[in-house]
Formats: sequence, C-alpha cells, structure tokens
Amino acid sequence: MAEYPNRRDVVRALLEDRGDLLVIAGLGASAWDITAIGDHPRNLPLWGGMGGAAMMGLGLALAQPAAKVLVITGDGEMLMALGAMATIAVQKPPNLSVVVLDNEHYSETGNQETATKHGVDLAAMARGAGLAGARTLTRLDEVPALRAQIHAGGGPVFAVQKIAPGNLPLVLPPRDGSILQARMREAVLGPTAHHQL
Amino acid sequence: MDRDKLEMRPDAAADWPDRIYDTLKANGITQVALVPDAGHSRLIRRCLADNAMTVVTLTTEEEGVALLCGAWLGGVKGVLLMQSSGVGNCINMLSLSHIHRTPLPMIVTMRGDFAEFNPAQVPMGQATQTVLEAMGTLVHRADRPEDVAETVDATLRLAFNTFRPAATLLGQRLIGAKTFGKD
Repeated sequence: MAEYPNRRDVVRALLEDRGDLLVIAGLGASAWDITAIGDHPRNLPLWGGMGGAAMMGLGLALAQPAAKVLVITGDGEMLMALGAMATIAVQKPPNLSVVVLDNEHYSETGNQETATKHGVDLAAMARGAGLAGARTLTRLDEVPALRAQIHAGGGPVFAVQKIAPGNLPLVLPPRDGSILQARMREAVLGPTAHHQL
Repeated sequence: MDRDKLEMRPDAAADWPDRIYDTLKANGITQVALVPDAGHSRLIRRCLADNAMTVVTLTTEEEGVALLCGAWLGGVKGVLLMQSSGVGNCINMLSLSHIHRTPLPMIVTMRGDFAEFNPAQVPMGQATQTVLEAMGTLVHRADRPEDVAETVDATLRLAFNTFRPAATLLGQRLIGAKTFGKD
C-alpha cells in the first residue's frame, strides 16, 4: 500500500491560491502546518481550547456569510468535538469546510494511538450527523478537487485526509492570541475593526 | 407535588426574560448560543422568533465559547445562555477568551442554589461562581426581577468594552419564585 501523504504537502495544496480564505487551525501540528506554508493575517492558529476549532469556524462562517472559512485540524482534536458535527450540520453553513488531517496518532504528546487507528471513522460519523458528502481521502492528488469544493461554497464540507504519522519541524505562529485575533478582525472588517462599540 | 417540579421555570407573568431580550437587542447581540434550560425558555422563544438573531443550539456548552470567539473574529456580537451545570463544561475552553481577549458574555440560570430539591444539581451549582471567577470571568448575580435587565446590561458592557468573559447568574430564587408556597 502506498504511504499516506505528508501533512504539509496536503496543507500546501489546500491553501494554494487561497484568495480571501479564512483559516482556523486546531492546536498542535495543524497550527504549525498552516504557519509553515506561510503565516497570514487570515490564519488563526489555535494554541489551546482543544475541541474548539470546528466551532470557532462555525461562529466565523455564520458571522461572515460572504467569506469562505476553512478549519484544518487533527484527528485527536476532532475526536474531542464530535458534537460539533451535529451543531454544524443543523446550521448548514454553505461557506464552512472542515478538513481533518488524520494520522491516527496524538503526535504532539508521544505518538499515542487515537481512536481512528482502531477503526473509528470520522467521515462516517459526520455523515451520520447530517454532513452529506463527508468522505475520507488517502492521496495527495485528491486534494485539488477538495480545495475547489472549499472555494465553491456549497458546504458545509467535511473531509478526512489520511496523512503519514510523524512529527515535522516546528514552525511556530505568533504566540499572543490577542494579536492573532486582532489581525484577522482587521483583515475581515477593515481598519474600523478596533473602533467598534 | 408541584413544589418539587423537576424543572423550574419563571411565572408566566414574569416579564424579566423579555427585558433580557430587550437588553440583548439594545446591545447589538445577533448570535445566541445555548444549551436549553427551562429558566431560559421564554428568552429562547423570543430569540428564535427574531429573524435578526442566529440561534445556535449546542450539544455542549463549551462549543458556545468557541463559537462566540469565532463570531467575534467576524465582527459579530453573541451571548451564551446556559444553566449553571453547563458552566462546568466550559472551563478549559474559556482559555480562548483570555488568550484572544474575546468579549464573552454569559447568562446563567442557577440550579443547586435556592431551595434546590435535586442533589445532583448542588455540587456544580455551588461551584459555578467560583469556577467562573477562577477562569477570570467577571460575575454578577441577579436575585430579584427588577435587577435582571440592569445586571445583564452590565455584563454585556463589561464583556464588550473590556474584552473578557463576563457572566450574569440568575438566581434560583428568581427562576423558581412561583413554585414555592403554591398549591
């Protein structure tokens, strides 16, 4: 069997010609990945709040229906937020996509196995929640079609991308969350972002 | 017995939930995240009937913390409605409000508080204010109908003007007022 792709190759392909795409990354490796591809005001890499990435994407997608919002997170983080699948499916935001980078391990904490290593199927759970079309990808050459779907706005999109296990060099984003929040607000809302009542 | 109802809800004539709704409107709240509670049922109905409000029913309260952090990223003001037991589900997620400096107003209906009959409500109800404050939340209580709107307004102003989590606790005495001493 061919190896699953490298996570950063997947993220690079997802973020190619990103335009105005707003990206929220779950804590840990996903946050390092989007930063390695290129730190950006429209990136919000999370340093904490495990289990919150998809819901933060939902709040942003509902607030900015004309923008496209992509959540990139890991299998461990998504397993902590299974209820969010139901919450998102009920809201049906057409502009929200969630891509789970699934290496079947908690890679940040010593490579312990996650439930997906033992057959738990996140895409099937998402379909069960009502996220029609949720699917699992295993190859890098499947990513461009997923990227096109994210930009098309016919969501909510939910996809699991299997990736190779293992840690890559750390590429850390800014650590001050107030800067991360403020820069995205300014990118979305313009220079008046910090003057709102 | 009526005085031991499993769920407590305000007297149908009590209009403080409507005053909360008016306060939310006056403060420009358009995203309402909630896990239902009987004490909030009248307010939830008002919000659901308002086409300018997006109501998001959560599977667990911590989802609401992350949701409102996302809403604020997009320039939208929201509020989290929950029962005191739900505060326990939010603790770690409140870190996001801290590190991002996100305004995060919460309106909490209390259980395990005044004349509670369900032992399971007491541990979290008694710990609610302590754990919120331990996570840096500014907490105010309202135990009388005439104090509710002013207290909720103060919580909203604190959250949005000073960029932090803030909560109004609606005391069980307020919510269960009619149940006691009747029938």
